Amino acid sequence: MSPISRGFVGRRQNTDASRLPPGQYVTTDFPVLSAGPTPHTALDAWTFTIRGAVEQTKSWSWSELTSLAAENIKTDIHCVTKWSKFDTQWSGVSLDVLLAEARVDPQAKFLTAWSDGGYTTNLPLEAVTGGKAWIAFSFDGKPLHPEHGGPARLLVPRLYFWKSAKWVRGIELLQHDEPGFWEVNGYHNYGDPWKEQRYQGD
Amino acid sequence: MNWQIAKVVEVVPETARVHSLVLDCPTWSGHLAGQHVDVRLTAPDGYQAQRSYSIASAPEDPKLMLTVERLDDGEVSPYLFDVLAVGDELELRGPIGGYFVWTPAHGGPLLLIAGGSGVVPFRAIVRHRAAAGNNTPTRLLYSARSIADVIYRDELSQLATTGLDVRLTLTRAWPDEWTGFRRRIDMEILRAVAWSPTERPLVFVCGPSGFVEAAANALVELGHDAARIRTERFGPTGS
Repeated sequence: MSPISRGFVGRRQNTDASRLPPGQYVTTDFPVLSAGPTPHTALDAWTFTIRGAVEQTKSWSWSELTSLAAENIKTDIHCVTKWSKFDTQWSGVSLDVLLAEARVDPQAKFLTAWSDGGYTTNLPLEAVTGGKAWIAFSFDGKPLHPEHGGPARLLVPRLYFWKSAKWVRGIELLQHDEPGFWEVNGYHNYGDPWKEQRYQGD
Repeated sequence: MNWQIAKVVEVVPETARVHSLVLDCPTWSGHLAGQHVDVRLTAPDGYQAQRSYSIASAPEDPKLMLTVERLDDGEVSPYLFDVLAVGDELELRGPIGGYFVWTPAHGGPLLLIAGGSGVVPFRAIVRHRAAAGNNTPTRLLYSARSIADVIYRDELSQLATTGLDVRLTLTRAWPDEWTGFRRRIDMEILRAVAWSPTERPLVFVCGPSGFVEAAANALVELGHDAARIRTERFGPTGS
């Protein structure tokens, strides 16, 4: 039971509380969080690769990836640093499409996404299949800005946004779980905002 | 991670918009220099708000200290600045974050680049370095609007006696006799302060998002290894 903070009233937001996970507040801005400098990879040198427990390692160039059937996604996003942003609009290719092309080994249960700059994050395969994850390359109808992860980032809006790896360059399918960058630096391994799984032990 | 109760034992004015909260937290398990805490406020009807604040105290300090900048359009910082007083309780949990931290084992040369209240985690780092008797070559490049906006000004002068090299740049106003830099951090300032890329300084950059983006990009452009640059950002994008 939390003690009452003497004299605290708070600034109630006129928002749909059912859309706001515990401990979050709504922002209309789009804050930037990153552990290091923003990478700037030229599109003609950019590829997206699926490797590991797959029938065949598969890579797409920028033009190949962006010519696949893209979906428009309108979704709320939730950052572990407490901000949530409603009705963000993205377009990108569903990970279902890409995983089908690489033909995932039935033994694979987890994946690690890796990015330019060395960032990694881990996810159970079931968290990104069945219309739950995309490789997104456009935000608000415009190319995704480098500070927000452009040219392309993973988009997994059901989990805290550090799982939506910026500057993503590939995923590796694994039979075992391999904690990623923030997951070995004190953050929760799964990161469900609705269960407020921010940090290890939550 | 459990919520803990801390009691405010001292409020230290730093600048017109910034003060430090010295906290007594008997359950605190210790921290690394550079980590942060989450603070949670609760209204009488149960409404809660949480925000993160960098820890300003070194691991060796007897009390936990947070330094808070009052953001006029904020929800939590105006409460912490205007209302919270000595004797009040504050709910917090931490320490949080395992990457934006420095220990003597991380080595150097160590370059700390702060914009405004981004200097807070660096207070923890330079105090930790001094308390450990460590002699890693360390420079703090600190951008503030004016002399009156420099947080920990006297303390940073004191720490200069431990070999900490402090370089200030003032971006809006400066005294007539000011001999330091007089502009936002740019390539030329970084070339003068950041060591050469061949010396592979370990760089920490903390401040508003646009400040961090500009400083980190300039360092990479100067040839510094992106893997040696750690960033922590706060506030809106401004774009």
